[in-house]
Amino acid sequence: MAKSIEAYMNDVRETRLWRSVFRSGSGATNLHRALAVQQNIFMHLFSVKMRRAALNFSVTWYLGTLSLATFVVLVATGIPLMLYYHPSVPQAYADMKDLQFVVSAGVFLRNLHRWSAHAMVLLVFAHMFKVFYRGAYRPPREFNWVIGVVLLLVTLFLSYTGYLLPWDQLAFWAITVGSNILSAVPMLGHKIRFLMLGGNTVNANALLRFYVLHCVILPLVAFLFVGIHFWRIRKDGGLYTGRSKSHE
Amino acid sequence: MPDEKDTPNIQAPMHCTRRGSFVKLGLGCMAAAGAGAAVFGYEFLSPNVLYEPSPITNAGKPDRYPQGSVTADPKTGIYLAHGPQGFYALSAICTHLGCLTTWAPEQGLIACPCHGSKFTPEGVKLEGPAPRPLAWLKVWVSDDGDLMVDRSATVPAKQFLRT
Repeated sequence: MAKSIEAYMNDVRETRLWRSVFRSGSGATNLHRALAVQQNIFMHLFSVKMRRAALNFSVTWYLGTLSLATFVVLVATGIPLMLYYHPSVPQAYADMKDLQFVVSAGVFLRNLHRWSAHAMVLLVFAHMFKVFYRGAYRPPREFNWVIGVVLLLVTLFLSYTGYLLPWDQLAFWAITVGSNILSAVPMLGHKIRFLMLGGNTVNANALLRFYVLHCVILPLVAFLFVGIHFWRIRKDGGLYTGRSKSHE
Repeated sequence: MPDEKDTPNIQAPMHCTRRGSFVKLGLGCMAAAGAGAAVFGYEFLSPNVLYEPSPITNAGKPDRYPQGSVTADPKTGIYLAHGPQGFYALSAICTHLGCLTTWAPEQGLIACPCHGSKFTPEGVKLEGPAPRPLAWLKVWVSDDGDLMVDRSATVPAKQFLRT
């Protein structure tokens, strides 16, 4: 008689190879479960235990997780797109069109990237409103709210820098208008615009700078702050479930 | 005064310990390095050579522009007009947020597609969010008799060029 999958997996978990990677091994005790979380590089940012209430849909609407999910989709689709896209004035628009009409599955990756970007902006705003109206930003979570505001700005700046890359009329004029808004900053406005565009007009330097910001600098900043954001959830006593201890 | 020599000053080392001065030295070095890095970064990010089109444009012979005409050149972002008082050039860049305006001859006005600003052929704002009239640009006649426009040099409005 065939073993159940559960039993088979338990055997695998007891192998030396598995134990060399996941030291906690199999076991259903709380200690084992806690070790499984604590000893995993991806999981160790989170608490080893959480309130059951924090898993309820109504508490968070899972908006933070969904924001992360769209970010993961954006990284996973953005990196393959980089393989066919040259951030140069003669090539950028043609490469974007090639991705749509020539590259196999290019249109799928590009559209998935585009729709996920829209979804991420929407979800990040929804996440912020949900946290705000539930009062989850209050002590001891004020600092995580600030990290969240930084992440909102990073999201918007990622969206803005990505908008130039198709190098079509919409992109060109959007960045022209946006960078002129930036030059309204008192005293430093024109200087900041010049540094951001690498020139006086939206041109080759601006395209390259926005590409580097979009593909390297801003994602790294986002990774860093997402890491701090998740770690702070544990440090601030887990997700806010709407009830403080004194009312329980 | 021999008395002072004999009594060691206990207060002085408390004010300025060796560790404290090293910390100050270290912070000073870090501040200097930070300032240097800021200047270095700023200089690096500012391009010293720009491969942008020249702001000076040759608009051709004046007789290409008949009396009462407004000629738009979207490539350079210039309107060259021949009014009753002479030639003048306007920047086609909207004073609101830098979009390229268009000349609508059937309405006899200049309109911006981005946010709906409208201007007269002399650049005076009629409506829309634009804060200023369109810039008047320096126009002159070259030695070869061509009309020249400098997009980087603005002149006061109503400064016409008679040929």
